[in-house]
Amino acid sequence: MSILVGRETRLVVQGITGREGEFHSRAMLDYGTPLVAGVTPGKGGQSALDGRVPVFDTVAEAVQQTGANTSCIYVPAAGAPDAILEAAGAGIGTVICITEGIPALDMLTTVEAVAQAGVRLIGPNCPGATSPGQAKVGIIPGSIHRAGRVGVVSRSGTLTYEAVQAMTDAGIGQSTCVGIGGDPIIGTTFLDILRLFAEDPETDAIVLIGEIGGAAEEAAATWAAEHLRGVPMAAFIAGRTAPEGKRMGHAGAIISGGAGTAAGKVAALEEAGIRVAASPTEIPALLRAAGVS
Amino acid sequence: MKIQEADAKSLLVAQGLPVPPWAVARTPAEARAAAEQTFAAGAEQVVIKAQVLVGGRGKAGGVKLASSAAEAEEIAGRILGMDIKGITVRKVLVAAAADIVKEFYLGAVLDRGARRILLMGSAEGGVEIEQVAAERPDAIVRIHAHPLLGLLNWQARQMVFGLGLSVHRQAAVAIAMGLVRTMLANDADLVEINPLAIVRSRAADGTDQLTLQCLDAKITLDDSALGRHPGLEELRDLDEEDPTDLAARAEGISFIKLDGTIGCMVNGAGLAMTTMDLVKRAGGEPANFLDIGGGARADRVAAAMKLILSDPKVRAILVNIFGGITRGDEVARGLIEARALQHREVPMVVRIVGTNAEEAARLLTEARFETAASLDDAAAKAVAAAGVASPAS
Repeated sequence: MSILVGRETRLVVQGITGREGEFHSRAMLDYGTPLVAGVTPGKGGQSALDGRVPVFDTVAEAVQQTGANTSCIYVPAAGAPDAILEAAGAGIGTVICITEGIPALDMLTTVEAVAQAGVRLIGPNCPGATSPGQAKVGIIPGSIHRAGRVGVVSRSGTLTYEAVQAMTDAGIGQSTCVGIGGDPIIGTTFLDILRLFAEDPETDAIVLIGEIGGAAEEAAATWAAEHLRGVPMAAFIAGRTAPEGKRMGHAGAIISGGAGTAAGKVAALEEAGIRVAASPTEIPALLRAAGVS
Repeated sequence: MKIQEADAKSLLVAQGLPVPPWAVARTPAEARAAAEQTFAAGAEQVVIKAQVLVGGRGKAGGVKLASSAAEAEEIAGRILGMDIKGITVRKVLVAAAADIVKEFYLGAVLDRGARRILLMGSAEGGVEIEQVAAERPDAIVRIHAHPLLGLLNWQARQMVFGLGLSVHRQAAVAIAMGLVRTMLANDADLVEINPLAIVRSRAADGTDQLTLQCLDAKITLDDSALGRHPGLEELRDLDEEDPTDLAARAEGISFIKLDGTIGCMVNGAGLAMTTMDLVKRAGGEPANFLDIGGGARADRVAAAMKLILSDPKVRAILVNIFGGITRGDEVARGLIEARALQHREVPMVVRIVGTNAEEAARLLTEARFETAASLDDAAAKAVAAAGVASPAS
């Protein structure tokens, strides 16, 4: 089972012949992900990754000929919203957009159109999702994982790797690790992922990794307090030392008008009974203390 | 990207919103000339406003009225060069002082949670909207624009009636629609008119008239969209840009200068913030936020090192790289290169894990860099190094 990506995944990569797309497609394939097709308009009929993956002009063709059900997007920002909508239009159920730097107003309309089509969008500006031992979609290094029963959800990339590595080193495996993205407007929120983990029979515990900006961590905490009683959880929030009014790299990571502070998020999580680690390396100990074996 | 009030007003005017005429002056003499013209056009007083990208100008003494051109020159002389929250005032805006009957707030922001544009209005204008939101949330009218169609006329009417502006409803609806249009046309995250005011003025026939005017404007632009608005990049105020920030942007590095002594070089924004947090937790103070971005090569690492060392307060450097797209050996080579060119000796603690970490470790050991296994360990070592390196001052 796991969530979002797993044994049933049949992946198409949009932008597979680009530099980033090709590099990460190779890693996904080597990990054992069922990567069945690539799409680059104008390169239909060719193949990618030394002939291992057929390339199509359109996502619709890729779906028709290979039964692709999940898409991963490496298309540059100017074309990425269109690539997301193309995937949704072709009947892809889960779209994971890695691309960073998409204007926020473009994402407002794209997210709405995708939601109306009933399609799950992860990202943009996210590292993707990995269900260890089953499938890796995106750019998360495969080597940091260990298969297990703890779900991980995060807004960040390398910070997630840090936390997952610490878990793996401590012998705590993961069911699925999801990076939801660091942009202000994203397709899937912490709360959405918590709901999916709550329903997943292969996930017993949850780690939430947030950062300053917005109110998504607070919303997730409120929901968890009501619906995840008894589920072991641990959290980490980045940006305790971030100054107000400065955008800390991620377009979404900014404290404005006194809202979105790390202190506020930590308080909301602790109020919901979720312990917040002072360092990513402390997450395994908090999980153990919460009852994870 | 934040832009100055005068530039924000220009963007509103471009969408047809009513903004009283203004001029921007860089010297007291220019302010005097602008004031003379404003008085000649019939103004009884002029307002002189510091143009800085920080809030609280009024409280800091950066907004003053003048009753003559000579007084305007004298006041401009005092405001120009004034320090407001660490920013030196280099420009003032000069405009006729409005005879305000009533003030409102009207703003449009990106509502992240709802994934909609949120139009907010309040009949308590002139004060910070955050303050109104905290003290009297009911005093704010909130309307979400349609996600695909934008703000609809009926929504603008709902706002206008909600604010009690029915007498001025046509003008007010046009302003609300224009506000959201300004946001969409320029890829803005935030467009605020505060105050939007009912202003008394003398009509051509000599009688008093009341009109709605946008008296102050604040606009923040989406950095990710600047590429498709070449004209907007020119509104970046280089007077208020830290030269280090400019250099960082040119290199594709995300950099924010802070006040501490420990320079940080990290890949990834979340991990960069975490590294700063752990430096602080270990008893140190970070000198900067620095994300070298994904897939950084040796040259970008060297550029990042130069940025960090340009801050004379830096007494130790912490490099924390979790390789995914970024290759550890590339970073190690960049560090070795950068250290060879370094002008002053600053202790450095390096932690590189992930992609090609073994090769990185070999290179760093060979070059006699101090390394650390965990992030917590690296932070502690960097803090200790900064302490040792700092003579009691």
